[in-house]
Amino acid sequence: MSAARVGVVTFPGTLDDQDAARAVRHAGGEAVPLWHADRDLKGVDAVFLPGGFSYGDYLRCGAISRFAPLMEELIPAARAGLPVLGTCNGFQILCEAHLLPGALTRNEGLHYVCRDQRILVENAATAWTGDYTPGQEILLPVKHGEGRYVADTATIGALESGGQIVFRYLGGNPNGSMNDIAGISNEAGNVVGLMPHPEHAVEELTGAPSVDGRGFFTSILKRFVNL
Amino acid sequence: MARVIVDVMLKPEILDPQGQAIARALPRLGFSGISEIRQGKRFEVEIEGPADEAALADVRKMAETLLANTVIEDYSVRVEAQ
Repeated sequence: MSAARVGVVTFPGTLDDQDAARAVRHAGGEAVPLWHADRDLKGVDAVFLPGGFSYGDYLRCGAISRFAPLMEELIPAARAGLPVLGTCNGFQILCEAHLLPGALTRNEGLHYVCRDQRILVENAATAWTGDYTPGQEILLPVKHGEGRYVADTATIGALESGGQIVFRYLGGNPNGSMNDIAGISNEAGNVVGLMPHPEHAVEELTGAPSVDGRGFFTSILKRFVNL
Repeated sequence: MARVIVDVMLKPEILDPQGQAIARALPRLGFSGISEIRQGKRFEVEIEGPADEAALADVRKMAETLLANTVIEDYSVRVEAQ
């Protein structure tokens, strides 16, 4: 049985692609580098959009990346069911691409926040959270200046009632997001975005606060072993 | 040649912490009587031909597609007087 192949996208200004690729390999998968300027998903089973400051965050975070040639391939593939995970800047890109509803705006307190954050896993049925249990508390690093999730009342209501709020902040909201939202999914559950960084929490060696991020990668790999 | 201005503002219901920080700084500088400040973006779009209806429709499409995120922002388009 060959390992699942998880594409890791690099834009100009992406920072966390090496950690994301390492986390995929750590879980036993094959990390496939994907370049923003290529119109080629290289036949991967899933895609990770890592954090950073793609295109320097010019205009709005993720606004220009969303139109990269690779995204023109990724957007229809995600709509057709390809599992996609976006963390931090990756989450911002998914919102700008309208693969996820709402938007991420400047943190309420204006400060860039870098800390270990308690997170509640509310939905363990998405493509990326199958190895967690609903109600499980995990600890992941957050590091962002524009992570305040906002959406109109109708959208928030639909997310709440549809179980699409996958992660919520516990023990203090780092950015003032509506309803303490840390991460959401699309209706189908194949596209997930969150501000915290699971790829920075897979190995004790790197000084991570936990190894709670491993579940994202084991969840997606199991999904393909079971096919 | 014409210049078309696109103004982009956060929607009224979206929190603007940058505007709030600016508003808080003003009294320290001796400016009083300010009840609120909201910060936005202004784009100056230089077009090669005249600012006719077709050109303005193009600029509005540009604003809708890239310059503004209409989930959180409103935009307005106007021609700058020569």
